[in-house]
Amino acid sequence: MKSVILAIWSQLVTLYQVLLHTFTPFDTVQYPEQMPVLPPRYRGRIILTRDPDGNERCVACNLCAAVCPADCIALQKTEDEHGRWYPEFFRINFSRCVMCGMCEEACPTYSIQLTPDFEMCEYDRQNLVYEKEHLLIAGQGKYPGYSFYNVSGKSIKDKDKGEALNEAAPTDVRSLLP
Amino acid sequence: MEELVIYLVIIATLLGAFGGAGVLVWFERRLLGFWQDRPGPNRVGPFGIGLAVADIIKLFAKDDWIPPFADRFIFTFAPTAVVMAMLMGFAVVPYSKELYVTDLNIGLLFFLGMTSLAVYSVLLGGLSSNNKYALFGGLRAAAQMVSYEVFMGLSLMGVVMLSGSFSLVDIVNTQAENVWFIISQPLGFFVFLIAGIAESHRLPFDLPEAEHEIVAGFHTEYSSMKFGMFMLGEYLGLILISSMIATIFFGGWLGPDFLPAPFWFLGKTFAFICFFILLRAGIPRPRYDQLMSFGWKVMLPLTLVNLLVTGAVVLWM
Repeated sequence: MKSVILAIWSQLVTLYQVLLHTFTPFDTVQYPEQMPVLPPRYRGRIILTRDPDGNERCVACNLCAAVCPADCIALQKTEDEHGRWYPEFFRINFSRCVMCGMCEEACPTYSIQLTPDFEMCEYDRQNLVYEKEHLLIAGQGKYPGYSFYNVSGKSIKDKDKGEALNEAAPTDVRSLLP
Repeated sequence: MEELVIYLVIIATLLGAFGGAGVLVWFERRLLGFWQDRPGPNRVGPFGIGLAVADIIKLFAKDDWIPPFADRFIFTFAPTAVVMAMLMGFAVVPYSKELYVTDLNIGLLFFLGMTSLAVYSVLLGGLSSNNKYALFGGLRAAAQMVSYEVFMGLSLMGVVMLSGSFSLVDIVNTQAENVWFIISQPLGFFVFLIAGIAESHRLPFDLPEAEHEIVAGFHTEYSSMKFGMFMLGEYLGLILISSMIATIFFGGWLGPDFLPAPFWFLGKTFAFICFFILLRAGIPRPRYDQLMSFGWKVMLPLTLVNLLVTGAVVLWM
């Protein structure tokens, strides 16, 4: 008898507690009207950035394509007349991309970056294949001020070996002098 | 009462019941949403009320499939039975002193009989589907509804003793002269409430269609508007039980004069519909044997005690 009364009392308490929720605010984010707050490091749409001089950061090293678990990145290296490497084409198939961000981690030049944007739905699947002109942005993205050729030993026009930031002059390996 | 008024009341009841059941589909989901800290369906039309229409259109447009192994005739008949029985039940509900379809002198028995007939729908639906889960559902429904019917009827006998009539209009008139029966028959109200939930097999007593155990129970094989009829029957049952509780225990149309009588009736019914939805939001399903033992070992003795005490008081007074 006591257990029955206790059980019924417990149900009544449950009902009261649920009823109190009439006055609590919603947890739901009303998405199209009310945008969710995305952190800056959110892994969304992938972009290619430029260095401070406005040149492409990408050196077509293929590391992103190699590390991509969904195998959705395709690119082809080419070289301009000053010795700079750049991708001839750079293609990301977003219908396969899983937004894991491994390409961003692998990138040695801060070129490929993920952005807090996920609104990229298309009615036609073919439109999810982004070419370089869709990926490349005008700015520097998350890492301003970085330029790969300014800190690397690769020689290009107007910057020979040993002229990069913090770079020692090249050693003459044939010389016996200290 | 004039014949024209009766026809108007019949049409209003039909429209109100169907419209109410349609809107309830949306309203229930909305209210459940509020109680789960989310807004619920709020996209289609103002406050999402267009969802009721969209749902109905969807049900009508779906493929109406009868499985080849089913018993065609009974399979088709079963969903209509529940709607017919529930609609018949509305015939005895009084909306005000003069506004009712019919005032039978056995109104209460008629209501009990009609809700009992609704069992056939579930039972036949489960049986004719030729599907083991549907059969389980039908079996459970039959056992649950038959056993809860026993004290559903008995719990009302105290009210009948006090008012001396089976007519619902007389019952409300008795409440106008004395107190509402919720005061004089609290135990009867409690038992009737629980039996009412079990009778309309709504949560937490929806074991006939418990989807975590037996797919969808008796309507596993149903699709399209046949499923819609079961759904409609369930919501009609909800409205009917709510209006019965309001009429029998909460004075039906009685209330202060600033609102016309039918509005009081509708308001009380609405409050009980909300309460039933609250039950759904708050209370989990019992196990099947718990349900049966609760019915026979707790509710039935309670009802009999209530009956005995009421009888004694009536004799003594």
